[in-house]
Amino acid sequence: MMKKTESCSIENSKITVNEKVIFESRSAIFSDFAKEAYKSLELNYPKFHKMDNLSKLAFLSAEMILKDQDNSRTALVFANNSSSLDTDFKYQESINSQDDYFPSPAVFVYTLPNICVGEISIKHKMQTENAFFVLAEFDEDFLNTYSHQLLISGKADKVLCGWVELYQENYTAFVYLLTL
Amino acid sequence: MKKEVYITDYNCVTPLGMDVSSNWNALLQNQSGVAEHKIIENQDAFYASMIDNEKLNEEFNKNFDRHHFTRLEKMLLLSLKPLAAKHTITEKTAFILSTTKGNISLLKNQSALPEGAYLSNLAQKIAAFFNFKTKPIVVSNACVSGVMAVAVAKNLIQAGKYNDAFVIAGDEISEFVISGFNSFQAIGSGPCRPYDKNRDGINIGEAAATVYITSSPSENEKFRFKIAGDSAVNDANHISGPSRTGDGLYASIKNAMAEAGVSSEQIDFISAHGTATLYNDEMEAAAFNRINLQNVPLNSMKGFYGHCLGASGLLESIISMESALHSTLIPSKNFEEMGTSQPLNIIKEQQQKEIKYILKTASGFGGCNAAVVLEKC
Repeated sequence: MMKKTESCSIENSKITVNEKVIFESRSAIFSDFAKEAYKSLELNYPKFHKMDNLSKLAFLSAEMILKDQDNSRTALVFANNSSSLDTDFKYQESINSQDDYFPSPAVFVYTLPNICVGEISIKHKMQTENAFFVLAEFDEDFLNTYSHQLLISGKADKVLCGWVELYQENYTAFVYLLTL
Repeated sequence: MKKEVYITDYNCVTPLGMDVSSNWNALLQNQSGVAEHKIIENQDAFYASMIDNEKLNEEFNKNFDRHHFTRLEKMLLLSLKPLAAKHTITEKTAFILSTTKGNISLLKNQSALPEGAYLSNLAQKIAAFFNFKTKPIVVSNACVSGVMAVAVAKNLIQAGKYNDAFVIAGDEISEFVISGFNSFQAIGSGPCRPYDKNRDGINIGEAAATVYITSSPSENEKFRFKIAGDSAVNDANHISGPSRTGDGLYASIKNAMAEAGVSSEQIDFISAHGTATLYNDEMEAAAFNRINLQNVPLNSMKGFYGHCLGASGLLESIISMESALHSTLIPSKNFEEMGTSQPLNIIKEQQQKEIKYILKTASGFGGCNAAVVLEKC
């Protein structure tokens, strides 16, 4: 059996950690909400500002759980439904016009959903197992089955599981830490 | 006692052929799919490995009587069909799709997001066609997706969630991906040259591949490869640049070999990632040396197929198993002179060799790496 020791959720401009609201904003625009949260929570990680919105969402939700932990053997198993389509759509707009054709490598690199897992890994120096899945809907049973297998195989001591869904202003994150 | 999990069947659709044997014969004749293609309007042609549209449609129409499918879907359906016909799909059969960008081409000149662009919709469409009964799983972990999908199937079968799995992988060449890699100045000026001194970047490729994975193979299977070990460790270094030290790849290989219970001396052949960018190949050489694999015969398939993104790892796994079945090492195409600062045993010409243990690796954006050890049984 696995234990769920910590959790964080982000939706409706609100960050909840272990069922306690730790930040709330009136802003309905995700990027404004993320900026306010960054300031209020004193994150002090300037790389945050260059991330795309999906990475910001994943980063914020993971940060609340990982900041006080030993993460050297914590795997990251994340999933969502929209993949990186929010950023993909912006990138495609930049290349739609042949007359005004300037693809940006700074946007292109975020056209993969697992980049958000890479950002979390870099922040916490986590050279650990990681995987990103795209599923039609949040499936905790699937994420837990996969995580359990990582734990019993000895490839990780903890798994940070997460559903990080974002497309334009629709977003929701639910991230939790599992151990045996 | 851990359940053992095997690959017992596979198929692929590539520019070199519409099934495995035509691909294998083309490789034996040193044929490459890489050629100049005009992909983006008003831009020069790029070297890429592209499936001929006419051939694809001809083959598709021969096999299917419904036609409302995208190009990528046709590739995936063709790749999966012979396996779906041979192996029974039950309530405990997983459907795992490996892709990076799916039907991304549908986004062009759209003002709203088309439903077909969702990877889960692509997976559902293919799964529904063949009457899969379980919820499709998409592995979208950049360029390691194809290798990771094999590991995911193994882990879910070992967990008892499924008895068997079809792992399908596919990505097509799109203006989206070509323009992106071009903006990174990562595209080679000619046919790519993995590990060579004169390498200067990748060729993008396209393919679809399918493997059938089961814990209870029937006695009628033509072959059996055990998925003996796997791991996927992040570099935690940079989202688009490979680590200089190869930490993540090193750890992935180490974990996969430990799980398989094999030493460096026992690995007979490495099917590496080898994108032919300066930094990727250098990083791989560092990682292979750290784990004492520098003398093991190694190739990259990118000179034959280009980099097929989410399909590359699965396609290359299939070719490596063909190598083992034919006891034949395929040369790393376009390699002439060693171009990494640490040594590797790059395969220069076709040769016979008994292969029992295969190491397959991949690395990609987001700092991800993956390794699996396959054992011929």
